[in-house]
Amino acid sequence: MLPRTIDIYRVLPELVWCGFGVLAVLMQPFVRSRNFFTFLALIGTLAGTAASISAAMRAGPGFDGLVQSDSFSFFFRLLVGTVAFLVVLAAGPYLERERLPFAEFYALLLFATAGMGVLASAQELLTGFIGLEMSSISSYILAGYRRDSLKSTESAMKYFLLGSFATAFFLYGIALVYGSSGTTMLTKMGSEELFHSKLFELGLAMILVGLGFKVAAAPFQVWTPDVYEGAPTPVTALFSAGPKAAAFALLLRIFATVPAATHFWFWAFWGLAALTMFAGNLGALVQTNVKRLLAYSSIAHAGYILVAFAAVTSMARDGSAEAAPAYAAVLFYLLSYALVKLGAFTIVSQLGGTGEKNLSLDDYAGLSQRQPFVAAALSVYLLSLLGLPVTAGFFGKFYIFKAAVKSHLLWLAVLMAVNSIIGAYYYLRVIVVMYMRESSAEVKAAAPVGFPLTVNFVLAFTVVGTLYFGLFPNRVLNFILQPALFGR
Amino acid sequence: MLPGGHLLSVLIFFPAVGALALLLLRGDDHKYIRIIALIVSLAEFLFSLLMIRAVPVGRTGYHLEEYARWIDQPPIHYHLGVDGISLFLVILTTFLTPISILASWKSIEHRVKEFFVMLLVLELGVVGVFLSLDLFLFFFFWEVMLIPMAFLIGIWGHERRVYAAVKFVLYTMAGSILMLVGIIWLYNATGTFDLPTVEALLHTPLSQGGLELAPRTEMLLFLAFFLAFAIKVPLFPLHTWLPDAHVEAPTAGSVMLAGVLLKMGTYGMMRFSLPLFPEASRRAARWVAALAIIGIIYGALVAMVQPNLKKLVAYSSVSHLGFVVLGIFAFHNISMQGAVYQMLAHGISTGTLFLLVGMLHDRRHTFEINEYGGLATPMPKLAAFFLFVALSSLGLPMLNGFVGEYLVLLGTYQRHWGWASWAALGVILSACYLLWSYQRVFFGEITREKNRTLPDVSAREKWILATMAIVTLWMGMGSTFITARTAAAAQSVIEEVEPQRPYEAATPASAAPLAKLDSPGAAKAISSERLGIR
Repeated sequence: MLPRTIDIYRVLPELVWCGFGVLAVLMQPFVRSRNFFTFLALIGTLAGTAASISAAMRAGPGFDGLVQSDSFSFFFRLLVGTVAFLVVLAAGPYLERERLPFAEFYALLLFATAGMGVLASAQELLTGFIGLEMSSISSYILAGYRRDSLKSTESAMKYFLLGSFATAFFLYGIALVYGSSGTTMLTKMGSEELFHSKLFELGLAMILVGLGFKVAAAPFQVWTPDVYEGAPTPVTALFSAGPKAAAFALLLRIFATVPAATHFWFWAFWGLAALTMFAGNLGALVQTNVKRLLAYSSIAHAGYILVAFAAVTSMARDGSAEAAPAYAAVLFYLLSYALVKLGAFTIVSQLGGTGEKNLSLDDYAGLSQRQPFVAAALSVYLLSLLGLPVTAGFFGKFYIFKAAVKSHLLWLAVLMAVNSIIGAYYYLRVIVVMYMRESSAEVKAAAPVGFPLTVNFVLAFTVVGTLYFGLFPNRVLNFILQPALFGR
Repeated sequence: MLPGGHLLSVLIFFPAVGALALLLLRGDDHKYIRIIALIVSLAEFLFSLLMIRAVPVGRTGYHLEEYARWIDQPPIHYHLGVDGISLFLVILTTFLTPISILASWKSIEHRVKEFFVMLLVLELGVVGVFLSLDLFLFFFFWEVMLIPMAFLIGIWGHERRVYAAVKFVLYTMAGSILMLVGIIWLYNATGTFDLPTVEALLHTPLSQGGLELAPRTEMLLFLAFFLAFAIKVPLFPLHTWLPDAHVEAPTAGSVMLAGVLLKMGTYGMMRFSLPLFPEASRRAARWVAALAIIGIIYGALVAMVQPNLKKLVAYSSVSHLGFVVLGIFAFHNISMQGAVYQMLAHGISTGTLFLLVGMLHDRRHTFEINEYGGLATPMPKLAAFFLFVALSSLGLPMLNGFVGEYLVLLGTYQRHWGWASWAALGVILSACYLLWSYQRVFFGEITREKNRTLPDVSAREKWILATMAIVTLWMGMGSTFITARTAAAAQSVIEEVEPQRPYEAATPASAAPLAKLDSPGAAKAISSERLGIR
């Protein structure tokens, strides 16, 4: 059957991203200008993001329900598109500095973005799998993009091996789900029998493992610090903001659509959340490398988001129809988190210097004296990660707490509170180093690290966004709290 | 819109405007930065005085209320209001801020701009805490104030400043995050964050659409809130962050910390713990009182053996704040008023003590008592001010410390004479450590040669100290002005926690309780009333 025009419209963002990716690869032999490719990638990411608006205006299922263009996918397309746009902006100076080829980088970035878009809009498991693979395979290559660096190669290798293992789990899970329910369409898994099918449960559990790997949930998180540390920092920024959000999106959609899915996952999420929070925070406590520290912190934040998932499942288990605020908590948190992590990693990338040498905490000593604006921006991000007011992270954490308390997960809320305090310690440590230590004499003598215009734009965008959502979260909230978030 | 205009919003956000103005200045324009900061904080002080007219004597309830939508889902409102209790705490804040700015005029030499920005942001947070009538908004400001204070300690403090700053933040966060869980729990039960509405719901019987908490739930909620407040006060045994924070903080930081920040804890107990969870408060009262009394005596004893002058003042805070907590949890109108009064008096007198200690440190760069001795000879004026403040702090009649402590003890005595007698020990002990340290610092032979040539107070310092001394004296003699306005609010807190208690005549003057005690009839009436309740 030929696709209808409306089907095309509903996947337009992904098509645009892919198209520009292909274009970049094709142009590579002919155009030598580096700026051309940056420009192309910027246009591509923006066009795709704009296309998500047109897709949202023609909401509905596409390709017989394989994908769903609804407010939910609109939110995530907008998110990953913006993330990609900002990563392109931040990556330009980085690639220039590290003397890395431009065209392939942007092409892979665009493919990865398209994959995330598919993940966010997939309503069928195999389509989800395709999205996952698109974003993962591009990610593996991106992680190893600094070929001459041992760490980067190690990072790619590790990511690839463990990642393909996880994808296999995901695929096997799909097979089992198909075997038990006779369909891979999420919308058709509503039958009563599935509530008692062990096979179905096993299939879902494997899907959870596969996606749990992608979002860096403990005990599937061991790859995260090494991969994040080894990958080129703009790529790390992408990893922590984009694929994670997309994987969470698919996970969330499975819950919102499949009644039987919420049936048994409550304790699984409870355990995952608790374990992930502690794994991330305790790991981060002892880090002296800022990039690694942020990597561990992103594990911890995956744990906080999983708390909201536990709340979602608990409400579904109790038959409460009021799960919407819990969904909203996840969405809002991912938004605030993406902004913050993107900004933080951009700063780390810029301060790292050629070959990413200056990543240790000591290199940040006295930063407030040398580069007050950069230090202030990084403080805003860290305070948002910490969850203090006037930043988006404050509301993000608040809504997760609220969801947890609402579904009577008091103990989980208390565990999260304990973790917030552990987290406060290491985020504060970075602030302390920047503001309360003096920089060494040689660093003082050196000229301050230059921040090109594009990078400054990324920082300004993320800081303003973090503060704006920290003071006026109303708009986004009203959007993500609408009852028709998930289309049928 | 409610009548009253936007005075409270102006009060909260005016310091932010000042901070922004400072940020626009060049970093090395030290003179203008200081002057602008001072002008902003003085203007803020004058604004805050306007509130006095709006709070009528003898009326309960909130005044100058402001109410606006902030966040739709969940419904969080920007709800402000002021009553007799918060009125003077706000004024205390706005009064101490210009004093702190003046006190740091010379002693802050590096990163001057950031320093004054932080002070103004701190003022914003604290004023916001005192004026918020929405639980969420309250928590918001409660957390806002954390960062500037941590920076003040961590950047401009003394040797172990980083340790102290991090300890301060972690302690406070540990308490406040549980309070957040408690606030959310209350929201889930009541569907609103609005403090008056929540209060009304909790005081309405279940049959009339109100909300009744199970005793265990109420106790857990009470503890979630109380822990946050107790850490802030700080109540024994949660006080260990305080000496570190105080000793390491710069003078202005110590003044704000002792003067205002600690009061956020006791204010929270009055505003939230008692009215929201009356039953749990009653059940916990004896334990809280026990901790408060231990704090009074322990703080005083530790202060007595401190070789470090600033630590001595810090521990005296633990002791004095114990009186406040005791006064609150004695559930007696007079002791409650005493608690409010003691909060204000402690802010002034301990604030001044920290100013004086800071001035000594500016001259000699040490807090060790051993390093001083015989200072009265080179600096007689500073010695005189110090004596004056020490006397007010130890509760000499006619000065401000006396009124608060006396009212607390009097009120507590009428409910539980045992508590009062233990607490009274603290009064004696405070005389011991303050006078003894005074003697070691200012009297005797000059043992260190350096001390012989120390300059006496400068004109700027003289103005600061004279202002503080006048306020001290005024609060000691003209306490009616304050008690008249706090009485009704204090009484309404008591009525919420013990609704069956008949209205006791609010005492407008500090002399009134004296008269009451003197007449045997009154005492008998009170004791029989006690029997009636027990």
